[in-house]
Amino acid sequence: MGGRTLYDKLWDAHLVAEREDGSSLLYIDRHLLHEVTSPQAFEGLRLAGRGPWRIDANLATPDHNVPTTDRAAGIEGITDPISRIQVETLDANCDEFGILEFRMRDPRQGIVHVVGPEQGATLPGMTVVCGDSHTSTHGAFAALAHGIGTSEVEHVLATQCLTAKKAKNFRVWVDGTLGEGVTAKDLALAIIGAMGTAGGTGYTLEYAGPAIRALSLEGRMTLCNMAIEAGARAGLVAFDEVTAAYVEGRPYAPAGALWGPALAAWSDLVSDPDASFDRELVLDASVLEPQVSWGTSPEMVAPITGQVPDPAQCDDPVRAESWAGALRYMDLAAGQALTSIALDRVFIGSCTNSRIEDLRSAAAVARGRKVASSIKQALVVPGSGLVKRQAEEEGLDEIFRAAGFEWRDPGCSMCLAMNADRLGPGEHCASTSNRNFEGRQGHGGRTHLVSPAMAAAAAIAGHFTDVRALLGEQGEQA
Amino acid sequence: MKAFRSVSGVVAPLDRAHVDTDQIIPKQFLKSIRRSGFGPNLFDGWRYLDEGSPEKTENERQINPDFVLNKARYQDAKVLLARENFGCGSSREHAVWALEEFGLRCVIAPSFADIFYNNCFKNGVLPVALPAEAVDALFTAADPGPLTLTVDLEAQEVRTEAATYGFEIDPHRRHCLLEGLDDIGLSLQYAAQIREYERRRRSEAPWLFDALR
Repeated sequence: MGGRTLYDKLWDAHLVAEREDGSSLLYIDRHLLHEVTSPQAFEGLRLAGRGPWRIDANLATPDHNVPTTDRAAGIEGITDPISRIQVETLDANCDEFGILEFRMRDPRQGIVHVVGPEQGATLPGMTVVCGDSHTSTHGAFAALAHGIGTSEVEHVLATQCLTAKKAKNFRVWVDGTLGEGVTAKDLALAIIGAMGTAGGTGYTLEYAGPAIRALSLEGRMTLCNMAIEAGARAGLVAFDEVTAAYVEGRPYAPAGALWGPALAAWSDLVSDPDASFDRELVLDASVLEPQVSWGTSPEMVAPITGQVPDPAQCDDPVRAESWAGALRYMDLAAGQALTSIALDRVFIGSCTNSRIEDLRSAAAVARGRKVASSIKQALVVPGSGLVKRQAEEEGLDEIFRAAGFEWRDPGCSMCLAMNADRLGPGEHCASTSNRNFEGRQGHGGRTHLVSPAMAAAAAIAGHFTDVRALLGEQGEQA
Repeated sequence: MKAFRSVSGVVAPLDRAHVDTDQIIPKQFLKSIRRSGFGPNLFDGWRYLDEGSPEKTENERQINPDFVLNKARYQDAKVLLARENFGCGSSREHAVWALEEFGLRCVIAPSFADIFYNNCFKNGVLPVALPAEAVDALFTAADPGPLTLTVDLEAQEVRTEAATYGFEIDPHRRHCLLEGLDDIGLSLQYAAQIREYERRRRSEAPWLFDALR
């Protein structure tokens, strides 16, 4: 028998039953919930007269609908009555079923994919699911993590299992070292550009190689977060000392007598040297430049030194039509330099890039500089109350405010604009989020995906600019 | 769960690749706590010229006459035809609820995104993956069309007057959809195995069972 991949090991360890028809029952260790995709699942349980199988495996927090201003007002601060009902419904469901929830005024509240890891509720070797496609984030811990629909949320609540079919193995091997000013986000975008948004469909991705080992755990989360944008439900990074150091001491992480055995078990959460993968992609991090998306799909990316591509130069007719449609929607011209794209708003936040390292990286660029007068709004939205507190302890909020950024309260915010933070029609936004779909950040809005450092640089310049040129210089003292 | 055996009707050709679930049902409609009411806002950003909101009624909206589902010949479409990677992006099951409520019981495309594909089967909607050449032929026949076809899950066939296309489907999903089975009920038949798994796993890795509280 050949060696097993990390995914094979995680799958095998969670297999409860295999049916004759080829489907399997997979055990779920951790279930995360938010207000948008859970109400119908709780209602389904009530209608069927079913209760949760294992209440204490669930963790909930409201994130999509919450305002990013005036958090002290709590739920009273939600002015949209429909949003408010959704958050109240989550609170009521968690009360009724006895599920741990970090509510709006709890400092631990935040984006569910920031909160789980921060609390140690996400652990290596777990299966983690949530009614949210960016659950792939948690794969950074060598945990099998993926998004599910609302019917499956109900299924997990009722059975602590999912009916599943095993995916194939895809390794993304990254050699070399990321250059100064080039981040995990740029790597994530470049990988999606190389694979295409459907390239990972039917696969679990494992990111491996020297450049991945060199990433911080937060960088790995950014990378795994966007596995879904390459079509893969789950992305993984093998366990190592970086994972252990991040997990140790977190509130729900094993401690005391359990830490040693846990560490010993986790050390096996790597692909065997002789494991085989169904597909492989190899990249060199050393030649990577900061990336900017120019279109309406995350695969439509180019390096900052590049141009908007010409659909006439594309030999696949379906793809050429997609490009042409994207250029019309984005109001861009073929051949236009990416640095010539002027911006209206800047958003630093989301489950992709709202952690402390992301904020430090953006603040390093913003320090001593000013947001361009042509920018209508530059938002910084920390991923959780605890990230916000940490950033304030480090004085990052002061750097951002002095530069002209707005310092907000935690939530999903302008990533998908379910709250009041959104783009106006036709506005271009430099965004650290994960999706540049039509209307994603507001009706008619035009999203460009970038790293936090590139977003900060764009805010200063008023248009896209190569952040590497700013890193050498010192901004003027504010 | 709603069963699906076969459906016959007009095909609406949506000639786009990578149709994401943000387009199928935009975020402002996800604030509902119900499973119904999404049909009027299916493809909201493409179907209407004005910006939609949960408060607006259909009568107040400006119809986009160029959008495929607004064309008279596709008015009673029961099948949607699209290009590769249909349903990519967000996991929102609301996308399937909207399609189903609108009356589209089947989507035919060369490929689907995994989460969307999975969500379809929970709601009596059948996603059919056909080879790109077959999809091309259907697009040619459906526009201007109208093309009527039958999607037969039992026979695993898409039939038009001109051709028959077989399709593959996972046997477990096919069975559940044909019978309209409640898959939570099916899984709970394994309750003893789940308990046994938990007992064994708890002794191997007790930290996985520390209560969140």
